[in-house]
Amino acid sequence: MHHESPLRDPLILGDKTYGDITADIARPIEGKANKYWYIVFTISVLTFLWGFGCLAYTIGTGIGQWGANKTVGWAWDITNFVWWIGIGHAGTLISAVLLLFRQKWRMAINRSAEAMTIFAVMCAAIFVTMHTGRPWLDYWLFPHANQFGSLWVNFNSPLMWDVFAVSTYFSISLVFWYIGLIPDFGAIRDRFKMKGDVVKEKIYRTLSFGWSGKAREWSRFEEVSLVLAGLSTPLVFSVHSIVSMDFATSVVPGWHTTIFPPYFVAGAIFSGFAMVSTLLLIMRKVLSLEHYITIQHLEMMNVIIIMTGSMVGVAYLSELFISWYSGVEYEGYAFMNRATGPYWWSYWGMMTCNVISPQLFWFKKIRTSLIATFVLSIVVNIGMWFERFVIIVTSLHRDFLPSNWTMYHPTWVEIGIFVGTIGMFFTIFLLFARTFPVIALSELKSILKSSGEQHKNKRALNKKAETHH
Amino acid sequence: MATKTIYGIYDDEELLVEGAKKLKAARIRVKDVFSPFPIHGIDPIIGVPRTRLAICAFIYGITGTSLAILMTWFMMVSDWPTDVGGKPSMYYYMNWPAFIPVTFELTVFCAGHGMAITYLLRCWLLPGVSPKNPDPRTTDDKFMMQIDARPEQEAEIANILRSTGASEVTIH
Repeated sequence: MHHESPLRDPLILGDKTYGDITADIARPIEGKANKYWYIVFTISVLTFLWGFGCLAYTIGTGIGQWGANKTVGWAWDITNFVWWIGIGHAGTLISAVLLLFRQKWRMAINRSAEAMTIFAVMCAAIFVTMHTGRPWLDYWLFPHANQFGSLWVNFNSPLMWDVFAVSTYFSISLVFWYIGLIPDFGAIRDRFKMKGDVVKEKIYRTLSFGWSGKAREWSRFEEVSLVLAGLSTPLVFSVHSIVSMDFATSVVPGWHTTIFPPYFVAGAIFSGFAMVSTLLLIMRKVLSLEHYITIQHLEMMNVIIIMTGSMVGVAYLSELFISWYSGVEYEGYAFMNRATGPYWWSYWGMMTCNVISPQLFWFKKIRTSLIATFVLSIVVNIGMWFERFVIIVTSLHRDFLPSNWTMYHPTWVEIGIFVGTIGMFFTIFLLFARTFPVIALSELKSILKSSGEQHKNKRALNKKAETHH
Repeated sequence: MATKTIYGIYDDEELLVEGAKKLKAARIRVKDVFSPFPIHGIDPIIGVPRTRLAICAFIYGITGTSLAILMTWFMMVSDWPTDVGGKPSMYYYMNWPAFIPVTFELTVFCAGHGMAITYLLRCWLLPGVSPKNPDPRTTDDKFMMQIDARPEQEAEIANILRSTGASEVTIH
């Protein structure tokens, strides 16, 4: 067993035993949902249905229903695609990168963060499949034997890299998540077995794939988790780098910048952690998980938010500086137009939400306050949405030919689809919170002795007694 | 003379490790250990060899790399070479940097999925498979050792289990 420095704050609060951990995390699955769950669920489903209707309308009539035009060919669709994909990145970062760095605080939050990743990528996929205009032909995106002579997909294109990156990212995240869920489904299954609930036992037996918790299973499980984390780490960096190359490899002023890959990755982690904070703050309260998802966990995430937010800030400022320093007229104009043109409000909204507001987390009082964290996490998510809007719309709406200059305004259909994806995200997340173990309970048990509050206190008392002798 | 199965249940994983060490010293083989979370250090005591899954992942990864190179070469260079934006693909080396992202993604895809599938098959974890843990409490808060014993060993094993802190010892 690893011993942990007494200086570190406990990660599991209260006088918990192994049995308590199972019981606490199984409670939302075994119990009945309260009134609030039903209210939020109903709202989410209705929003989802509305979005679904807008989607059906778009498919039926075509993407002419959107506000995008010849000059602004990418707008709301790609803004939302990049926003959702970015949100997903925190889940992989928490479960993979923090696993490689042996950060124990990840254990209470990795399950729900990974779930968030998967649901966010599903939302992103809606936009990227819809923006092609004829989504029923989207299988053309994949290389397959065809009747076009056979003309293949173009592997020189970043858009093609994106197809491979996003689909690999989704499927690997799903596998990583499910492999981790198997032992916990086993624990839930055995609880229903002891209670004699045959139907639920059967459901969770199927989900648990017959997990037994044998030494061999555990030894292989740990190896698989480690290698999958090692594979997911470069994968998560590659995904948003490739998304940024969709822009960076073009010659559009404001897009053609070499700092895009690291800048996009930092931004993705930034927005993802903000979304994890938003979700966990609600979840810990609604499911009474305050002993497991502690203030310390939220503080750690806020520290990452300051770091990535500052990286994003530095990127914004260097972009701005280089547009002047390069002496390129078009670059200079693109940035001047962002800050003072007709979309000035989106630029300054982005600057305020992403660069200034997270700096408040330097104050310990603010980063350990639940309300401040909740408010700022939403502010960051709004800011990161504006970032993508600024990059895409302001760069396109005034291109090289002034006769092409135009404005972009979203239509109610586009807004409906976006709101619908938020509804879909929450619908799936709420179902997840009631049927899946939302915390990796087997992982949490393995750190109870080193990081549990009562164990740490006991060790501190023993040490005191020794020094007295 | 049929062998019997002895189950020793512990409330604490450290006690179980001590018990396993004592059994090993007495040259008694522990058949298996069931626990709610991985017990670090138990594998060498009960003779579980180090898994070779990582080697599998490496092989699957290399396979993915090769497939990706073959695919991009065939589609971009051999079957229908194109000249996009003045960047012709007459030979693989001309455009290979552009093929790296897809090659990387396919490497990760094959390594990750291949390893996951091998893991599930090797542990025989599939939908519909019945769990093999003899006591449902071992996924909650109990740690169980399973020992196959000849009848004359029974008493000795039960004694070692109890003396190292096993809370329950049952013989089947």
